[in-house]
Amino acid sequence: MASTVTATQSPDSAVSKQRRRSQFYQGWKRFKRHKLAVIGLVWVVIFCIAGVIGPWVAPYDYRTGDFLAINQGPTWTHIFGTDNVGHDMFSQILYSIRSALIIAVGATLVSFIIGIILGLWAGLRGGLADIIIMRAVDFMMTLPGFLFALILVIMLGRGYLSLILAIGIPGWAGYARLIRSLVLSMRDGEMVEAARALGASQAHIARRYMLPNVVGSMGVALAFGIPGDLIQIAGLSIFGMGLRPPIPSFGSMIAQASENVLGFPWLLYFPAGIFAITLLSFLFVADGLQEAFSPKGGN
Amino acid sequence: MGEPLLSIDDLHVKFSRSEDEVYAVNGVSFTIDANEALGIVGESGSGKSVTLMSAIGLLRENGKITSGTANFQGQNLLKLRPKQLEDIRGRDIGVVFQDPMTSLNPIMRIGDQIMEAMLTHHYAGRKEAFERTLQLLHEMGIPDPKSRFKSYPHEFSGGMRQRIMIAIALACEPQLLIADEPTTALDVTVQMQILALLQDLRRKRGMSVVMVTHDFGLATNFCDNIIVMYGGQIMEKATTDQFIREAAHPYSLGLKRSIIEVGHKGKEILPIPKTAKTLTAALTGCPFADRCNYTTDRCRQEVPQLRAFGTNHELACHHAEEVACYVR
Amino acid sequence: MSDNPLLRVENISKTFRVQGKKLHAIENVSFTLEAGKTLGLVGESGSGKSTLGRLVLRLLESDKGKIFFDGADLSKMSKEKLRALRRDMQIIFQDPKASLSPRMTVGDAIEDAMAIHKIGTKASRRARMTELLERVGLPSEIQYAYPHELSGGQLQRVGIARALSLNPKLIICDEPVSALDVSIQVQVIQLLRDLQQEFNLTYIFISHNLAVVEYLSDEIAVLYLGEVVEQAPADELFKTPTHPYTQVLLDSILKIPETPEMKQQMVSIQGEVPSPLNPPSGCTFHPRCPYADDHCRSVKPVQSLVADGHVAACHRVKEPQDLLLLNAK
Repeated sequence: MASTVTATQSPDSAVSKQRRRSQFYQGWKRFKRHKLAVIGLVWVVIFCIAGVIGPWVAPYDYRTGDFLAINQGPTWTHIFGTDNVGHDMFSQILYSIRSALIIAVGATLVSFIIGIILGLWAGLRGGLADIIIMRAVDFMMTLPGFLFALILVIMLGRGYLSLILAIGIPGWAGYARLIRSLVLSMRDGEMVEAARALGASQAHIARRYMLPNVVGSMGVALAFGIPGDLIQIAGLSIFGMGLRPPIPSFGSMIAQASENVLGFPWLLYFPAGIFAITLLSFLFVADGLQEAFSPKGGN
Repeated sequence: MGEPLLSIDDLHVKFSRSEDEVYAVNGVSFTIDANEALGIVGESGSGKSVTLMSAIGLLRENGKITSGTANFQGQNLLKLRPKQLEDIRGRDIGVVFQDPMTSLNPIMRIGDQIMEAMLTHHYAGRKEAFERTLQLLHEMGIPDPKSRFKSYPHEFSGGMRQRIMIAIALACEPQLLIADEPTTALDVTVQMQILALLQDLRRKRGMSVVMVTHDFGLATNFCDNIIVMYGGQIMEKATTDQFIREAAHPYSLGLKRSIIEVGHKGKEILPIPKTAKTLTAALTGCPFADRCNYTTDRCRQEVPQLRAFGTNHELACHHAEEVACYVR
Repeated sequence: MSDNPLLRVENISKTFRVQGKKLHAIENVSFTLEAGKTLGLVGESGSGKSTLGRLVLRLLESDKGKIFFDGADLSKMSKEKLRALRRDMQIIFQDPKASLSPRMTVGDAIEDAMAIHKIGTKASRRARMTELLERVGLPSEIQYAYPHELSGGQLQRVGIARALSLNPKLIICDEPVSALDVSIQVQVIQLLRDLQQEFNLTYIFISHNLAVVEYLSDEIAVLYLGEVVEQAPADELFKTPTHPYTQVLLDSILKIPETPEMKQQMVSIQGEVPSPLNPPSGCTFHPRCPYADDHCRSVKPVQSLVADGHVAACHRVKEPQDLLLLNAK
């Protein structure tokens, strides 16, 4: 209808300087409306802080076990209990957070960077490049990513860098496809046509016009990517293909604990519980970001 | 003259937004008689469309009718349950929108859609409805109705789709057709075709038409009576002849003067300054006061009421007499 | 006509491929435009008027034909040279909101236009931007606003300011006011007219609204299915419309009557604009033309001279002049 009432005139005078921030401010306001997302964010922040300062605040070293306290339930000295060699579970978890975060963020960035380059290339160049890249995307999508990662770990080894690459490399296809579709929808749009009419070069259009309009969606995709990669690391560890012991990880803790759940259940509850809450929190945050910043959540 | 067909009295409509409320319709009253063509003219945000959509229960979800009545054939439409309104809409009142594509079902043959209008309102039996659909398509100037019956909306041009919308609206021979900017999205030659069609139908069936439009040219040429709305209020109301001769509300005059028409080349056109504001509080004065050349303190403090100004002519302006003298 | 027009378009054509079929969007269109003048392009949807505007700027590549801008052959120019030349030829869009980046303040959008062509310093671009905003009638605070915070009229002014920032010689106005409210339309049109006088701009003004086109144009070309069916000086076209299609267009305009007796009758033309995918034989207007005969159905008319500077592509133009005028009313 032409004559809807609300969506017409806007402030005709003072648009203050503060409004420069308004995009983020508006997004934040929309984000705050989602309770779960906010709770998730709080947890994610705690998790990240723990990952950074963990080694300094951990009451015990992750390598040395206390042989006098094996398989203890939670006590004041070992609040999460100890495992079969006397490792303090709380300290183990703190160290695991650090390694999990480094690998997850690193792997997500690797996927993302490969994805953004190939996606932009396919979307902007079109033609043969587009066809080849998109066929590669299809191919990657049909492969089970986990298996791919497993093979890569076997080939590359079990260090930080190789895990990052092993998990990151197979993950690019989703990002590439997303970016390509965003670019395509803009490429033939009026905004880009207007920029071309101004005389802007391809590079300038990509940098000043396209990129700022995809960061929102990209941020959301990244936020969804991290929990996915966390699961992959845990999965690899469960298969014994994570970081080399004695570096602790959620996967190896869970794998070990599940061997004797009935006897020492806290060994499973604490790491698995924290891991599960973390995954959920990341997903809630990602959901909240999507609502707040993706184009559809605009108004 | 008997009872008016539709009479809207003191209608108020508000929309709630995340942070405030919009006062969209602020006390609108008018009547439509049988076989009348009424033009409701205004810019976007004037409340012209909201007024009618509230009356027939097509208000958007965040809208609320705060007071008023809309009597149609002895019942107050605003008091009816949604089901009862649905019954009246489509049977006694036909509605046509600006964009036919949003109201047509894209995956249903157009013939079936026209038939469905008749079947749901128990207007006709299957066989009769089918015959009548073909006849309607023919009346709407759609060539080869039998084969077009089976076509889907996307197979038609914009003008043809609008005809199909009109066919659906007219299927049950309503006494009143509400057309909300029915030709705005169409080319001028197609607009002319649709208007000729509507006029013809009016003549043949004695149907009343309310034409909601922003186009003064269309309203003045097509309609018998004209209502000019601004800020959710009626600013001026007159027979078209009277309006053409002696429109006197500063807003009507301003709009008329600000329209570029053929033959205006080289003439100075005087646009109305500024833009219309969205009303987020109850009116405390004339809604047009901040754009009007004749504004006095009184205009800002006292809401002008619709009052008689000559025969068949009403307007809401404190200073219409002075304005009229000045203009003539 | 002077020997050195700002823009000369010679026989350009453009065909799109739609569902495997050929769509002749523009066929053999030629015109010249002198500096400081306005050419109006009118036509209904599907007439190709917007495509023509984009072909002229080479935002779309034409299949054949030549475009000379300011003496240079645009059609042969390299992409790099063309980009630099874009300073001199700008476009204003129908939907200013879609043509601006939602993530850029309108001030930045205007500055970016100048930055692309490395005009001035950062500070001088900023100063020029505020100056331009003021010139198009916007308060300078608006530079900090994002497009979604502004009304259609304000956004169109921003679009105009952005085009102006490059000091162009030619501006193509593609339906710049059709999305705006009536009272805002006039404001924008008068702004365009004033700017033309102030900066000696040359316009190609594309619109389906004949009244608006007449108001601004010196010369008008009427398009139907990708072809120019009639072209004449603006006043001449309205005084003696010669092509039946032009006549129909003019008759379809609903004017506010000056007296009640002058109310118009709703008289409709037969038929619809045919699909450009499947244009009629002969004269493409013949299915809707009241004068069409067998000759029209089989032979495509060429443009013939009606009067000085007035051409029409209609077989009837060869008929005696007075008969034509008789038929026109």
